[in-house]
Amino acid sequence: WILGVFFMFLLLFLCCVGGKCELQESKPAPQTNLPTVKPFPNEAQAFPNEERASLPVFTMDYPRIQVPFEFTLWVLLASFAKIGFHIYHKITIWIPESCLLITIGLIVGAIMHAVKEEPPAVLSSNVFFLYMLPPIVLDSGYFIPTRPFFENIGTVLWYAVVGTLWNSIGIGLSLFAICQFEVFGLQDISLQENLLFASIISAVDPVAALNVFEDIGVNEQMYIVIFGEGLFNDAVTVALSSMFTFLADMPIVESTDVFLGVARFFVVAAGGVLFGLLFGFVAAFTTRFTHNVRQIEPLFVFMYSYLAYLGAECFSISSVLAIVTCAITMKYYVEENVSQRSCTTIRHVVKMLATVSETLIFFFLGVVTITITEHEWNWAYIMFTLLFAFIWRGIGILVLTQIINPFRTIQFNFKDQFGLAYGGLRGAICFALVFTLPDTINRKNLFVTASIAIIIVTVFIQGISIRPIVEYINIRRTNKDLHTINVEVHTRVMEHVVCGIEDLCGQWSHYYWKDKFKKFNDRILRRILLRDNRAESSIVSLYKKLELQNAIELLDTPMGDLSAAPSMVSLHDERKEASRPKKMFLTADVRKMHDILSKNMYKIRQKTMAYTNKYNLPDDSRTREILIRRHASIRRSVRASSFREPSEQNIPKSQKYYSLQPGGDLETAFALRRRSHGDGLQFSGASPHSSSRSLVPMRKLNTIKESGTVLDERGPGSLGGSSLRGRRAPVPASRRRSSDWVDEDPTDSERTGERDEPVRPPQLPPPRGWLPENQDPGGNEAGNPLLRHSSKGS
Amino acid sequence: MGSSNSSVNNIPNAQELMQETGFSAAHILRLHERFEFLDKHKCGQLRLVDRPTNQPQDFGAVQELALNPIGDSIISAFFSPGQETVDFASFVRILAHFRPTDRNQSRDGAQQEPANSSIRKLKFAFQMYDQDRDGKISRAELLQVLRAMLGIQVTEEQLQSIAERAIQEADLDRDDAISFDEFRKSLEKVDIDHKMSIRFLR
Repeated sequence: WILGVFFMFLLLFLCCVGGKCELQESKPAPQTNLPTVKPFPNEAQAFPNEERASLPVFTMDYPRIQVPFEFTLWVLLASFAKIGFHIYHKITIWIPESCLLITIGLIVGAIMHAVKEEPPAVLSSNVFFLYMLPPIVLDSGYFIPTRPFFENIGTVLWYAVVGTLWNSIGIGLSLFAICQFEVFGLQDISLQENLLFASIISAVDPVAALNVFEDIGVNEQMYIVIFGEGLFNDAVTVALSSMFTFLADMPIVESTDVFLGVARFFVVAAGGVLFGLLFGFVAAFTTRFTHNVRQIEPLFVFMYSYLAYLGAECFSISSVLAIVTCAITMKYYVEENVSQRSCTTIRHVVKMLATVSETLIFFFLGVVTITITEHEWNWAYIMFTLLFAFIWRGIGILVLTQIINPFRTIQFNFKDQFGLAYGGLRGAICFALVFTLPDTINRKNLFVTASIAIIIVTVFIQGISIRPIVEYINIRRTNKDLHTINVEVHTRVMEHVVCGIEDLCGQWSHYYWKDKFKKFNDRILRRILLRDNRAESSIVSLYKKLELQNAIELLDTPMGDLSAAPSMVSLHDERKEASRPKKMFLTADVRKMHDILSKNMYKIRQKTMAYTNKYNLPDDSRTREILIRRHASIRRSVRASSFREPSEQNIPKSQKYYSLQPGGDLETAFALRRRSHGDGLQFSGASPHSSSRSLVPMRKLNTIKESGTVLDERGPGSLGGSSLRGRRAPVPASRRRSSDWVDEDPTDSERTGERDEPVRPPQLPPPRGWLPENQDPGGNEAGNPLLRHSSKGS
Repeated sequence: MGSSNSSVNNIPNAQELMQETGFSAAHILRLHERFEFLDKHKCGQLRLVDRPTNQPQDFGAVQELALNPIGDSIISAFFSPGQETVDFASFVRILAHFRPTDRNQSRDGAQQEPANSSIRKLKFAFQMYDQDRDGKISRAELLQVLRAMLGIQVTEEQLQSIAERAIQEADLDRDDAISFDEFRKSLEKVDIDHKMSIRFLR
């Protein structure tokens, strides 16, 4: 509630400021009726009166900073609202954020209306379409789950295109029919105008719908259909609205116009996609050369996508399609070319911009609703609009699904269809579009009011009720469980099986296209667009990620001791957030974890060296020096590639290391191991539960039963990022090689006890760096002993 | 698509097959055409290798299958153990596993498990690994499949690690192999019906 109070103050402040400045703009004359609550010292005005001004000690020049200042305040206000919601976490479960934001907006709007201020013109057509919408769409496009998307692309396009057409024409015609009744007083609205209005309000808004759907966690198919529909109906909307706008001016419609309309649609859609592809490829190509200017790498992503958007706007083709296509194309190649940090930065910034934009949009929706002075309310029209929107969408989904279900392997049952129909929320896009209506339409205000009404009704009523309804009728939900290696491997096998069977039957399916595209991709595109073209199987990359996760889990448990506060906290929060329903997908989280891990690993190691290991030197500089020395010596020994056998015997048996089962925590893991691998694990005296030492056992190496020798002592390197391995894992030689400091023989002599692993250079090469290391000729040493041992063992 | 020359009645045991597998007449027709197309020597059976010359034949002649990493596993799944030929009935029976599951199908307890149920699909996938049909996926078998799928992209060590991890995750009774139940359990979150279904063209 303190926050609430603060919040209100900020609100009032903003109103005053806004009011003052608006008035200043509109009335350059000195303000006489400042409705300010906090009187603003306006000394700048006082000064000119003096004849001889002494040196002004304190001046104020508000107009200079006005615009950015106000903008920042509005953004802050909206963000505070967002913070406020999440403090009371229960609210957001039942009421989607969009509703809350609109409500706050309504309140603010009411306040502003009361003090007779004008809100900043955020939802004017230009500002909205050029500044507010692109970040949101970029976010949608960037984080789109590509695989389900392309698997369902037929369905998505079907619903987006045909569905929107069906809706617009249906609603338009029925409204026109209603307008014929004299009693409603709407006879001056022509058919074209009705169709125009219908085309604007029939577009499902991805922002609002997804806001709701993500929280509930519906099954993937529904999610992807709504998502795709929301994004791609933009093309239809643009085409339709421009066509009808054009036609609305003309008294009669000719058939050639209809054909032109259809042609326009194709131009709009195809043009958008082409634009996006073009910019996407150029962006990918540019990032091929940016390895020397890592700091500005994220910039390219944003600039190119924005360019794509603006270019499409310039030609009046579908800018949403352009930016989405650009993001999809770009993401795959850019993320391979840029550094890990740039990757994280890009993701973070995209998310941040999108969230800010979305918050502002909903917020201003509320504000503008109240402060618009020219509302025209016509009960009949608005009620019927709502009714028809509902009915037509429901019928549309039903009919369309019946037609397309036979073509799908997972068919939509009635519950899914209901969810799809009910989840068709309208949002800010249609509001902004309605403002772009030419003023020649004499009932424009009615349209504005009607669209506001429908937005608010759908967002509030449908948004709030959809969650209980979904739970009640038990729509299939998604399973948010983490991927395990098993799942990945087996699903891959199954895909191959299905592919093979299809070949056997002489059938094609989308696997065929997927294969073709993959070949094209590997052969041509990757060569051109990627800097290092190394193919990495997704199984391997998933595996690496999982190992990383294990490492993080291990680090996470003895958190209390470490005072690396901000980074630890953020790591902890990352993990907490990962367990809540989230907007991000797993790989994004894992990447973030990866980055955080790389930063924190280094710190931890240095810190814990001091007090976890009594054999270690307490101050950093020495250890760092040792690190560097060891690093160098290890490099040398790697080149020499001489040592395997002699070193093995030196390693005391207490060197073990292991990894946790995914999702497990330290205590249970310990218990488990002690139970089941009595012979395998021997802790070198340190009790596993002592927090200060808990990191140490982590670094102990495992004895490998099957290979019979202790291969892994080199492993102290094991903590280098993802090197925490399975209990009985044959050595992570790949990782060892990747971090050059693997071979410890020279270091053995320096070791005072078993536990100077902490002194290993905490190198964490990005996962993709592993593979080239494998081909490093100097690193062949691991090949021999491993093969020998694995042949013994397996 | 179905040509009007042959009708379902020409195919031996067509009715029984339809009953057993749930395929429609149009499906059976099409599959029969395909069978005959593959059966270049018109002997009514498909085989893997032409005995005298040891050239790949029939199954082996399907190009894309040769490129499929686990193609040979798939092919060998068609052959009952010990047999070298596949007749049309067995062909269809195996393919029946891939029919999309009928969701609202109600079965009485007496009826046998339909061919396209999830369990049967899973069994088929399991068979891909378990070549020696001993009911368990051993580490070596897992490695073999992994090696086939990952090919030259990974080193032997990474393969070992991945296999190790997979067994670690799934192996609940610690016998260092994955039994069918463990396999099923590890895939319980995956929508098998979706992944292992083919829309058979009519």
